[in-house]
Amino acid sequence: MARAASTAKVELKGVKKRFGPKIVLDGLDLAIPPGQSLVVIGGSGTGKSVMIKCVLGILRPEGGEIYVDGKDVTRVRGRARDAMLRKFGMLFQGAALFDSLPVWENVAFGLIQGRGVARRRARDIAMEKLAKVGLGPEVGLLSPSELSGGMQKRVGLARAIAADPEIIFFDEPTTGLDPIMADVINDLIVKTKAVGTTTLSITHDLVSARKIADRIAMLYKGRIIWQGPTSEIDNSGNPYVDQFINGRAEGPIQMEVRG
Amino acid sequence: MNIFAAVGRATLGLLLEIGRLSVFMVDAVSSFVRPPIYWSLVLKQIMRIGYFSLPVVGLTAFFTGGVLALQIYIGASRYGAEQFVPTVVLVGILRELGPVIAGLMVAGRVAAAIAAELGTMRVTEQIDALTTLATRPIKYLVVPRLMAAIISMPILVAIADSIGVFGGYIASTETLGFTGAIYLNTTMNALANKDIFSGLIKAVVFGFIIALLGCYNGFNSKGGAQGVGSATTNAVVSSSILILAANYILTNIFNYFNF
Repeated sequence: MARAASTAKVELKGVKKRFGPKIVLDGLDLAIPPGQSLVVIGGSGTGKSVMIKCVLGILRPEGGEIYVDGKDVTRVRGRARDAMLRKFGMLFQGAALFDSLPVWENVAFGLIQGRGVARRRARDIAMEKLAKVGLGPEVGLLSPSELSGGMQKRVGLARAIAADPEIIFFDEPTTGLDPIMADVINDLIVKTKAVGTTTLSITHDLVSARKIADRIAMLYKGRIIWQGPTSEIDNSGNPYVDQFINGRAEGPIQMEVRG
Repeated sequence: MNIFAAVGRATLGLLLEIGRLSVFMVDAVSSFVRPPIYWSLVLKQIMRIGYFSLPVVGLTAFFTGGVLALQIYIGASRYGAEQFVPTVVLVGILRELGPVIAGLMVAGRVAAAIAAELGTMRVTEQIDALTTLATRPIKYLVVPRLMAAIISMPILVAIADSIGVFGGYIASTETLGFTGAIYLNTTMNALANKDIFSGLIKAVVFGFIIALLGCYNGFNSKGGAQGVGSATTNAVVSSSILILAANYILTNIFNYFNF
């Protein structure tokens, strides 16, 4: 059946994903308009990372459709998938830097391998992006294992923005960082948003969410149970959202002992 | 406990694993002929798999050749057939012990290293990061290792063959009282191309098995440190068993065709 092309930059329609008997995404619907910064909040193990990995094709959903620029990319493979991925940048929770490469080559990796940019030119761009995240050229020559957690996150961010992607995903961008470093990362994300990049961040850091989001959505039991402008999060009228943002143990969300 | 259910579960599990390995193998082998091929990574892996395995393979081959000569002498002397020691050492090393000993040593060294490296990359999301940078992990990580193992193993085995025969020569001349010139002359007369090439064909197959199982186990490792540990153990155990099984099958095939 033909579907009308979506105007959203990224759209998920009824996406389902399960691991064995455990249902992780249960008909998830979400749309991100171009240039918007959407933050998805939710407890640990609610499927936030799985959602991002389904969009990127790292995981294959069992049901539903995923659209990027109105094109169904749910089961796209080969060169078409490579072309789709060139629109994306991604900051992983643990930065996921390649141990075997120096920092500058990590940043330039997508340019050299994914886009065929010459090494010398890619190195210049990498140094420029490192400077944008506040890291000097001397850091470019270090190995990722020589960096602190905060610096690794900044390198991860430099890698995510290296090719000036249209869409950037941030997976728990501030988790494990001290409050000052977390704010540095938040500022950098706000700067990327300012140039018109569409961003999707997943976090349970409410301070970060309030700073970087245009809209916030809450994921619970594989579905979006509430979404709205950031300014409305404190008056959502949704007991699940209220419990989550106020960090209360009592409420409709019961912590599952087993995943 | 229902014994039939347990056997059935184990059988289904085995078939599932064989199916997954087959799909992985087809994906990897079909990537051999599709660009891009990362030749610099192939060369790097040849150094790691082939060159750095030389000391361990060489030492093992030397002592195996020496012990083989000593043991054959014990058996042959019962029938007054000591003059056949050089020939039997040569054939034993070229056709069986050279490739098998080299295969098992490289399996212990290389399959473990590959599985640990790729396993760590998997659990730290580095393999996912490759995908998001529009680089196919099979092409970037698996194909160079497979190619390097297939190229390196015959060279390693050729060197192991020479050192093994030399080990037999040293044991025979220093301990068993053989004259050096006669030993060498007998060895050269007994040298046949089919003995050399049957061992080298085995080496190619063993190299493929080692890299394939190292990559497969690393690629599919789950969890944290424990998962990487299990992947490493499985890579060594499964590649060692498969090398011995493949050796038996190949020897039968060579015998059938009188090769």
